[in-house]
Amino acid sequence: MRLAIRNARLIDPATGRDGAGDLYIADGKISAEAGRVDRTIDAKGLVVCPGFVDIAARLREPGFEYKATLESEMEAAVAGGVTSLACPPDTDPPLDEPGLVDMLRRRAKALSRARVYPIGALTVKLEGERLTEMAQLAEAGCVAFSQANAPIADTQVLWRALQYAATFGFRVWLRPEDAWLRKGGVAHDGEVATRLGLPGIPSFAETIALASALELVRATGARVHFCRLSTAGAVGMIRIAKREGLAVTCDVAIHHLHLCELDLGYFDSNCRLDPPLRSQRDRDALARGLEEGVIDCVCSDHTPVDDDGKHLPFAEAEPGATGLELLLPLTLKWGEARKLPLAKSLARITSSAAEVLGVTTGRLAPGAPADVTVFDPNATFRVSPQTLRSQGKHTPFTGYELAGRVRYTIVDGNVVYEG
Amino acid sequence: MQRNPQLNEKGELQHLLSIEGLPREILMQILRTAESFVGVTEREVKKVPLLRGKSVFNLFFEPSTRTRTTFEIAAKRLSADVINLNIAVSSQTKGESLLDTVANLSAMQADIFVVRHASSGAPFLIASHVKPHEHVVNAGDGRHAHPTQGLLDLYTIRHYKQDFSRLTVAIIGDVLHSRVARSLIHGLTTLGTPEVRVIAPQTLLPAGVEALGVKVFHDMREGLRDCDAIVMLRLQSERMKGALLPSAQEYFKNYGLTSEKLALAKSDAIVMHPGPMNRGVEIDSSVADGPHSVILPQVTFGIAVRMAVMSMVAG
Repeated sequence: MRLAIRNARLIDPATGRDGAGDLYIADGKISAEAGRVDRTIDAKGLVVCPGFVDIAARLREPGFEYKATLESEMEAAVAGGVTSLACPPDTDPPLDEPGLVDMLRRRAKALSRARVYPIGALTVKLEGERLTEMAQLAEAGCVAFSQANAPIADTQVLWRALQYAATFGFRVWLRPEDAWLRKGGVAHDGEVATRLGLPGIPSFAETIALASALELVRATGARVHFCRLSTAGAVGMIRIAKREGLAVTCDVAIHHLHLCELDLGYFDSNCRLDPPLRSQRDRDALARGLEEGVIDCVCSDHTPVDDDGKHLPFAEAEPGATGLELLLPLTLKWGEARKLPLAKSLARITSSAAEVLGVTTGRLAPGAPADVTVFDPNATFRVSPQTLRSQGKHTPFTGYELAGRVRYTIVDGNVVYEG
Repeated sequence: MQRNPQLNEKGELQHLLSIEGLPREILMQILRTAESFVGVTEREVKKVPLLRGKSVFNLFFEPSTRTRTTFEIAAKRLSADVINLNIAVSSQTKGESLLDTVANLSAMQADIFVVRHASSGAPFLIASHVKPHEHVVNAGDGRHAHPTQGLLDLYTIRHYKQDFSRLTVAIIGDVLHSRVARSLIHGLTTLGTPEVRVIAPQTLLPAGVEALGVKVFHDMREGLRDCDAIVMLRLQSERMKGALLPSAQEYFKNYGLTSEKLALAKSDAIVMHPGPMNRGVEIDSSVADGPHSVILPQVTFGIAVRMAVMSMVAG
């Protein structure tokens, strides 16, 4: 299959290129010349860029098929222009055995949609006690190891886990949160939680865990990526760590760039998220940190939750929101608010995200895998359960009018979505 | 932020979910209506026909005797039919969801749901799912709100002190876990009380409590000085478990109300308590039973206040 995309506005964030041009695809790779073309896509008025890399999207398989299935979520991914995604290990059972990882990868591959990169569990059953067989999990396809939202309470286990991972050069992804300080909390420990009578999670639950983890990175030399920062304090600490030359990276979830504790309104359970939405000051620091590159990339933290999980009082509701299809529009919204060139905004969901994940996609260079997204930056849509393909229909952005609609998604040279 | 879910399009009380966000005029209307019902409760025939033919469902997802009973009495004095459901031990343990329970009861033609729930915000969830002619009255949700208790506290203070605009009110104890404190603070600030104090150790105060419009004191003696009204909060014994306090004895020593500490307040100060009291933990018997105590009148006013609320939402 040879594809030509003509009249496009080509954006390659990896090089900063942004200009008119044509893009050719041959044999699943970006190609320098057109050659014989099987199909031509007219991309007049559209942006053509590398397919999006979402480093946190829950597909809910195995174990939570009533919330979402691989079929539904892979459709959602390509509809959102996401061509590569990493899925956290908090399935049921968790991704702590090579067999599970293997099955997930084969199921995903058979669907021929986005590329799926499983993140293996760092400890058995995510219980924070015994190490998983990381080498075997890596062989089965795990690109990194994490605890998802279940922090390791025992710092000795965390130390050993980082030592072991460092021995073999495995990447470790940690969401910094102190297991004790977060205990019982459901919202940012601030004015809104005080007013609503919700048990709080203090900001220092994040910064204390981050401080411990950074010390352990210094001690072990492990390659650690920090997930879903939510506080201004953590952004400041990462800024200093990077300046010091520590090889750490971090990300933020798309919700935390736009929302804060005030959005809880009258107990809106769509805003029940892990980590919690924090203050306006935190939100602004995250948005600035992402712009400055202190935060490497932004992810959807896609978490399909069914109605039963959300139609509950706030504290009892299941944390999480759908996000795969909102990654592009919300990234554009962030970039627009900060007056960034499009290439710079898109880097946070393409080249920078690919670097964190350690994959070669996320760029338009000849010879690179032909994962490409074509979107209309000006077309708008209203977020509603009807407009979302994901089985997860709950998001705090319901009712928002957002710009940025995906027209074509191409994975490995094949058009897998046309909108 | 959405429209206040407690008010209908005309700005009238549709549900009572929280004192926060209610305009001063509605609070005053509730207090004045309650005043007219105090007379009813003192008559030989203690009934008015305002809610005749209406059904009040007491939905208590958390056990309570006192609040449930006062709501029941209030509804009966308004001539409503009252159905008490102790859900804490029925459908919830069978796995039925909160909204399913409410939908089922709604099919039995309810007019008012009086809801007590351990989770903050549960009555808001219910209110957003009931039919337009059904009304929700919050009888206490988690740590969030206990608006009828707050209103009866306001009623009591107004009864003894008349004008809120000259008062200093102190709320003492476990503000962190207290829905009573939150409701009363919002009520007092809405009605223009110039100084509302909270007195507690740091462990029993929620983050940023000053943002509610209160002044924080850790020293009880300092905080009591020149107070017109003192509201003692109940201290649950489980607070000793979460490392919030070392012991009930030490708590009493620092934050228990004794006659000696009470003497620091104004000479005509009133002492209130939402009940049930822990004598010797937050309050000394000599104060609870003493001349400054208005704890029993609070209970009586509570019935009138609940009559006022139910008649206003569904009358």
